[in-house]
Amino acid sequence: MSGRFNSAYWPDVGVRFTSITHGGGMSLVLDNLKKSYREPGGGRIPVLNVSRFELQTAEQVALIGSSGGGKTTLLNVIAGITSPDSGRVVIDNVDVTGLNEPSRDRFRALKIGFVFQTFNLLPAFSALENVLLGMCFSGKGTDSHRATDLLTRVGLGHRLQHRPPQLSVGEQQRVAVARALANHPSLLLADEPTASVDIANQNTILELIRDTCRENNVSLLLVTHSPDVAARFDRIEKLSDFNRPANN
Amino acid sequence: MNLVTIAIKSIKQRLLSSSLTALSVALGVMLMVGVLVINGVVSDLFSQPSFGFHLVVGPKGSDLSLALSAIYRLDRPGEPLPYLFYKELKEHRAVEKAVPIAIGDVTEQGGFPIVGTIPEFFDLDYAYNKPFRVRGEYLKTPWDAVIGSRVAATNGWNIGSEFKLIHGGAESDHVHDEKFRVVGVLAPTGTPNDRSVFVSLAGFWAISGHEKPLKEAVDRLEKFRYPVPQSLRDKAEKPKKVGDAHAGHDHGHDHELLDEQKEVTAIFVRTKSTAASIGLAGEINEDVRAMAVNPIFPMKRLMTMIVDNIKLMLLTLTSLIIVVSAVSIFVSIYNSMADRRREIGIMRALGARRETVFTIILAESALLCLGGGVIGLLLGHGLVAVASPIIEFRSGILVNPLSFEPLELVLFPVLLVVGSLIGFLPGLAAYRTDVAAALSD
Ligand SMILES: Nc1ncnc2c1ncn2[C@@H]1O[C@H](COP(=O)(O)OP(=O)(O)OP(=O)(O)O)[C@@H](O)[C@H]1O
Ligand SMILES: [Mg+2]
Repeated sequence: MSGRFNSAYWPDVGVRFTSITHGGGMSLVLDNLKKSYREPGGGRIPVLNVSRFELQTAEQVALIGSSGGGKTTLLNVIAGITSPDSGRVVIDNVDVTGLNEPSRDRFRALKIGFVFQTFNLLPAFSALENVLLGMCFSGKGTDSHRATDLLTRVGLGHRLQHRPPQLSVGEQQRVAVARALANHPSLLLADEPTASVDIANQNTILELIRDTCRENNVSLLLVTHSPDVAARFDRIEKLSDFNRPANN
Repeated sequence: MNLVTIAIKSIKQRLLSSSLTALSVALGVMLMVGVLVINGVVSDLFSQPSFGFHLVVGPKGSDLSLALSAIYRLDRPGEPLPYLFYKELKEHRAVEKAVPIAIGDVTEQGGFPIVGTIPEFFDLDYAYNKPFRVRGEYLKTPWDAVIGSRVAATNGWNIGSEFKLIHGGAESDHVHDEKFRVVGVLAPTGTPNDRSVFVSLAGFWAISGHEKPLKEAVDRLEKFRYPVPQSLRDKAEKPKKVGDAHAGHDHGHDHELLDEQKEVTAIFVRTKSTAASIGLAGEINEDVRAMAVNPIFPMKRLMTMIVDNIKLMLLTLTSLIIVVSAVSIFVSIYNSMADRRREIGIMRALGARRETVFTIILAESALLCLGGGVIGLLLGHGLVAVASPIIEFRSGILVNPLSFEPLELVLFPVLLVVGSLIGFLPGLAAYRTDVAAALSD
């Protein structure tokens, strides 16, 4: 997607995302992004203040930072799950912050894969169904062949019908990874996707995520606390290096 | 996977509370179906031309009582008509066929009504264009009997069975000595004929006690302006002597009754045309002696007066039950919303729109209502199946458990609307869920 006016069109929702230009090959641009939370006392805690952050298409970045630093908040704002106080999130040249809510939901379903820190699997649904569920809301229809294939690749081919409570924590995390990849996203946000698995599986999952992203030209923003994991990435960003909430 | 399967999934997830709420709908619907089906059958029975004649003629009095006693055999017969009146009516130019019946006795076993009649009775269709069918033969000798299918089934009678009668209804304990013999069994008709026993008028009259006290008969003949033979008048005025061979409970087979002595309860008349029946009824009703009734009218009146009111009451009650179960569905779904906030947040985070999660909740409650409705429909017909022998035993009304009321179809759109209304508020809660907050729960 390059050129001055690009657009992505989803005929089934009739929503046209008119692109704005931020140069070619840019997957993610954060521009003067600010986010604060309401304090239980009444004031506001500033969490994010990012003046500029860029991610090239198909680039892979490890995001590290101290606990409570705002990494999850940043991913939520990028995904449109949380609204920023101000600033812009531009994904694939679409200003996501400028979309109305239904379009943003649709955009998220189609363009963003999210591996949540807490997995966020639905306990009533089997591993396979959890992956299918991710496809269900994209409007592109479900593909159980692909879902099975993804689960097999994270080593859960023998656990398709298990529900999350019947899976180990590491297995649940792998289901979450498979679900995030299900819709062919163009941007994958992964919040400590290997925090709960052993070293062998950590490597497998990490390689699965990275290979899939590479094969499909997917940009990857991966939060990790593990120096081992971070060390595998060419680009490592420390949140506190570009986030200065105190300046709010 | 689609929104409906997701809704089904979450119903399954809360299986106990889901099944309880569906059950409460099912019970309401079950009662409603029961009421509708039984009501439908009863009103069909009473308001459709479920007889192959135009008029029933009987003594002056209540038209409803005449219909209930002569056709449905649910009521005691009123005063009889002289047999001579039947003979006169039969010759009327508008009459195609006139069939007299005499009722009042019941079988000793089972208490089924006895209908004394002539063989031509079976030439009249039992319902419009539906002729009687018999296994065996129709009435020939005075002691022959043709029995309805229900009588045969209940009493275990077959051709060749013999039975006795009780005089004047089941409460009386006077058993006649005379024995009748079954010569034919009618195919089921779904009419009161199924639980009737037909004997010839000759046999009916031959039973002791059926020759009315002669004084009464003479009075009635005079009222009907028929000449009273002197011999009869003499006998009527002469008090019976003790030891008289014909006194008390004598057996009638060995003496011939005069036509003047014979009486019938009612006469079924088929006229040459429907129009002719109106003229004939007018003619008969002008006269002080008897009345002619198109049984449809009193029965319709009965339906609107009593049965319809009862139906309305029962339907109101069952609607209230459905409302109560609707409220319980609402409470159950609404309560589950707290547990489901996170679930909804996850779906939203996966890209589900507000409308989508709203629809899922709505589908869930609509499915519960509809599912309960289907179960209730089956249970309702099951209830009718269980109740129909009891109803039949009590009232003689045959109820087919499979008979379907068109109103039952209305139930489903209604349930769908109710289900959607119930799902609306919880759906709205889902719609309003704040994704980030729900995810951090
Ligand atoms: N809904 C909320 N309301 C108020 N404060 C919040 C909320 N969510 C997060 N915070 C605060 O914002 C800060 C950043 O939280 P966040 O979850 O983004 O941190 P994180 O970098 O992901 O930490 P971790 O590495 O432990 O996952 C924390 O101090 C947290 O207390
Ligand atoms: Mg976090």
